[in-house]
Amino acid sequence: MKIKALTRSASSQQAPGSDVARQPRNLDPALHPFERAREYTRALNATKLERMFAAPFVAQLGRGHVDGVYTIAKDPNALDRFASGSGDGMLKVWDLPSQAEVWQTQAHENLVKGMCWTQDQKLLSCGSDKTVKLYDPYNTTPNSAPTATWLGPNAFTAITRHRTAPAFAVASSVISLYDLTRPSAAPTQTLAWPTSIDTITALALNQTETSILASTATDRSLVLYDLRTATPLHRSVLTLASNALAWNPMEAFNLALANEDHNIYLFDMRNLSRALNILKDHVSAVMDVDFSPTGEELVSASYDRSIRLWKRHEGHSRDIYHTKRMQRVFACRWTPDNAYVLSGSDDGNIRVWRANASARSGVKSAAQRQRLEYDEALRSRYKHMPEIKRIARHRHVPKQVKKAGEIKGEELKGLKRREENERKHSVKGGVKRRSEREKMVLATEK
Amino acid sequence: MVEMETTDLVGPNGTVKVQRRRGPPTKQVNEEDVAAKKRQLEASRQYGRGKGIVTKSIKDKKLRGNLRALEERYQDASLKAKDAEILLENQSGFLEPEGELEKTYKVRQDEIRGDVAVETAKKGFELQLEGLGPYTCDYTRNGKDLLLAGRKGHVATMDWRSGKLGCELQLGETVRDAKWLHNNQYFAVAQKRNVYIYDHRGVEIHNLDAHVEVTHMEFLPYHYLLATIGNAGWLKWQDTSTGKLVMQMGTKQGTPTAFGQNPYNGVLHVGHQNGTVSLWSPNSTTPLVKMLCHRGPVRSLAMDREGRYMVSTGQDMKMSVWDVRNFKPVHEYFLRQPGSSVAISDRNLTAVGWGTQTTIWKDLFSKHRSDIEQVKVQSPYMAWGGEGQHVERVKWCPYEDILGISHDKGISSIIVPGAGEPNFDALEQNPYENAKQRQEAEVKSLLNKLQPEMISLNPDFVGTLDTTSNQERQQEKDLDRKTGAEAERERVETLKNRGRGKNSSLRKFLRKKGNQNVVDEHKMRVLEMREEQRKRAKEAKEGRKEELGPALARFAGRGGG
Repeated sequence: MKIKALTRSASSQQAPGSDVARQPRNLDPALHPFERAREYTRALNATKLERMFAAPFVAQLGRGHVDGVYTIAKDPNALDRFASGSGDGMLKVWDLPSQAEVWQTQAHENLVKGMCWTQDQKLLSCGSDKTVKLYDPYNTTPNSAPTATWLGPNAFTAITRHRTAPAFAVASSVISLYDLTRPSAAPTQTLAWPTSIDTITALALNQTETSILASTATDRSLVLYDLRTATPLHRSVLTLASNALAWNPMEAFNLALANEDHNIYLFDMRNLSRALNILKDHVSAVMDVDFSPTGEELVSASYDRSIRLWKRHEGHSRDIYHTKRMQRVFACRWTPDNAYVLSGSDDGNIRVWRANASARSGVKSAAQRQRLEYDEALRSRYKHMPEIKRIARHRHVPKQVKKAGEIKGEELKGLKRREENERKHSVKGGVKRRSEREKMVLATEK
Repeated sequence: MVEMETTDLVGPNGTVKVQRRRGPPTKQVNEEDVAAKKRQLEASRQYGRGKGIVTKSIKDKKLRGNLRALEERYQDASLKAKDAEILLENQSGFLEPEGELEKTYKVRQDEIRGDVAVETAKKGFELQLEGLGPYTCDYTRNGKDLLLAGRKGHVATMDWRSGKLGCELQLGETVRDAKWLHNNQYFAVAQKRNVYIYDHRGVEIHNLDAHVEVTHMEFLPYHYLLATIGNAGWLKWQDTSTGKLVMQMGTKQGTPTAFGQNPYNGVLHVGHQNGTVSLWSPNSTTPLVKMLCHRGPVRSLAMDREGRYMVSTGQDMKMSVWDVRNFKPVHEYFLRQPGSSVAISDRNLTAVGWGTQTTIWKDLFSKHRSDIEQVKVQSPYMAWGGEGQHVERVKWCPYEDILGISHDKGISSIIVPGAGEPNFDALEQNPYENAKQRQEAEVKSLLNKLQPEMISLNPDFVGTLDTTSNQERQQEKDLDRKTGAEAERERVETLKNRGRGKNSSLRKFLRKKGNQNVVDEHKMRVLEMREEQRKRAKEAKEGRKEELGPALARFAGRGGG
């Protein structure tokens, strides 16, 4: 008779004198009952933990401004420097790690309307006092005079710089291009759509396709220009005016518009008759929008006193940030390290928020990292389960925003009902259905 | 002109059609590919999660791509799990005859003890505990500790491998059952009136006075539920982590005679006096399934760890094997006395204690064979006993080749080669865990505690698509909806109670194909109504006959009249 019975020695499991116990695995499904249910439970716990650790607000920068903050600019060559401009004409430069003010000056007589950093880390600002000023915050003391000044015929509303050439564009009712190397000279080029006379609200030069310029104006239009031919290329008119625009840094042909009608529109510049996506959630005009450096996500600031974070391909926001004391938000920026979001609001504060509310920036051990990755995978695997979906989506929203959202929903429903009624009572096919993504484009011109 | 005969193979102009295979010509079969395919098949069979999705017929390109990627990941995972087998360190034990004349069931314990390693031999022992009544025993889930409970109130725990006594209690009242909870820190004892929970030092920490005269207990480790059933036939689930009584319900079948849990899905099997076994989950007040297993009371039952088979013994001196996936019998075996206790080991060895003897069977069922291919085993694998000790309970020690047999004179631990799972998963259960590991495992398992709502016959329903329609869901939400018998009555009432003609709705329903063999409440009612109609018609006919008189009575059946 051949006989063999199981023999394991206790010392093979943990060597005598050592505190390291071995953990053998066996992947046989018979040894792991209820795997589905247990995995679901883990996913539920991971979702709850994520919400528990959600603490989006980090800090505010220094003591802010005396007046409201209307523009923020990020230095493309530094991760830590940001400039902000306020309603009383003050410019301040901030250091993000220490959250302290490093430089400031009284740049304009009233509103600072636009700011941008040049390639050599100088700061351009334009204001409604018809001037554009160039400062050097890295090398000069606070309150020093500008290194260059350009005077224009009208109040300026927005400014943007060329990626490579020493040039910048400012907008009033027309777009004027200036040469950075020739202070106080006349504009080298002037661009305008032939029939439009209204004030331009925002403009941005594409940083990849460097001679493409986009602008929005109070006549509700979005216009594209080409600097090489010095001509406008395309114009489309939306139902309401846009307040800001941002180019996608990764897909340089896509841009986002922050519109007065509470929505953010993503457009492909090759086809302006139709939006790529509409981001709907705000209950008041969107004042500013910015892409994350990956181009996958967006942040938007709104007149409803909240900022929202979005995924590029999803129609609703993934998160909403607000505090009791934050007033109308006029500017927001995603930091170049993809970890934080800055917001500037009417109350004069610049707030720093986490881009991912539950993320923490400390150094993590390998086990911690692995755990976080595993939790993330679990959450995404079971995200469609009703309980998990409910917990992951739940946000506390200020009462005004919630109420406004409800009212807005009712109104939209009413509009829709009216349209359906009209359709019902007219000749079949008389009232055409239009895709939601095309509806807001009233006209396109070339 | 000669007309050409045209067929499938010959065209009208006389050309011979050649049937071409679509697709590329037959590929040279590569040996490596064949081996890889075979290996993949083997791996998916062992580690796969059921059948894969056929992606070929899906028209949506995106969906097809996604599903294909998912399938690939599953296949890859099973292949990797198969590859990881190389890391398993232990092989299972065995007992093999070397000639035709040798029989494994003739091997005695002292022979085995002489042949195996010294350390293993020490695991076979006997404890003489006379006078304190028949004992029941229970091993912790990792097999490290043993709990003994004598009918007369003697309760003891021990680390049986080292022979260290944990605690010893003389309760001085009847003890009907004892069970370890999730680890070796707590155990529950069903005493004369209530169930008590003790900690590892033997200190009474809880008195569960909702559980009265409990005869059988089971602990569902993943749900942290202590399930009890007593003389009154009330089944109760108590959450041992929160202390809440989750659910209680009457089985309405009298005192239960057997009790067991299906470790695969957490469903409880209760054996009754009338030979039925009913399956219970805390989510339904009626049994999920009722199956008639024996002629006479069910004495004991056990399920295998993958939840596929159930072995039950009854007072009719039968031991029957059931497939509990489709509730069909596999085979029946005859015992010389009613089997008092049955247990199935990790590697599917079945131990059955009957009278003073214990028999161990191998391969009563196999998951790799379909039900019709299951073979009836001719002789047992091992046998033990016959020395005057009435077996009370047999219990396999997890992860060991050990069978604990508790009887009226104590407990015997015998060595059964090939019974235990050789390779444990330390993140699931660790027989060699230290205190730190035990504590960590406890916290983790509490975090992953499953809700009682997740107990159902198919434990994988969690996370699957809910295919009930919106209408159905709305109906379920409706609190005024009619349920049970009331809904049934309404359903029958919709069938018009008109007896005339060949196509009355009742007759039409009874004629309907597909439900000829279905006899449910609905059908019974319809049959009853039909019978009533027939009676009425007959009575009417008789009445008319009398009216017409003897000569004309034969025309009574015709219509009109």
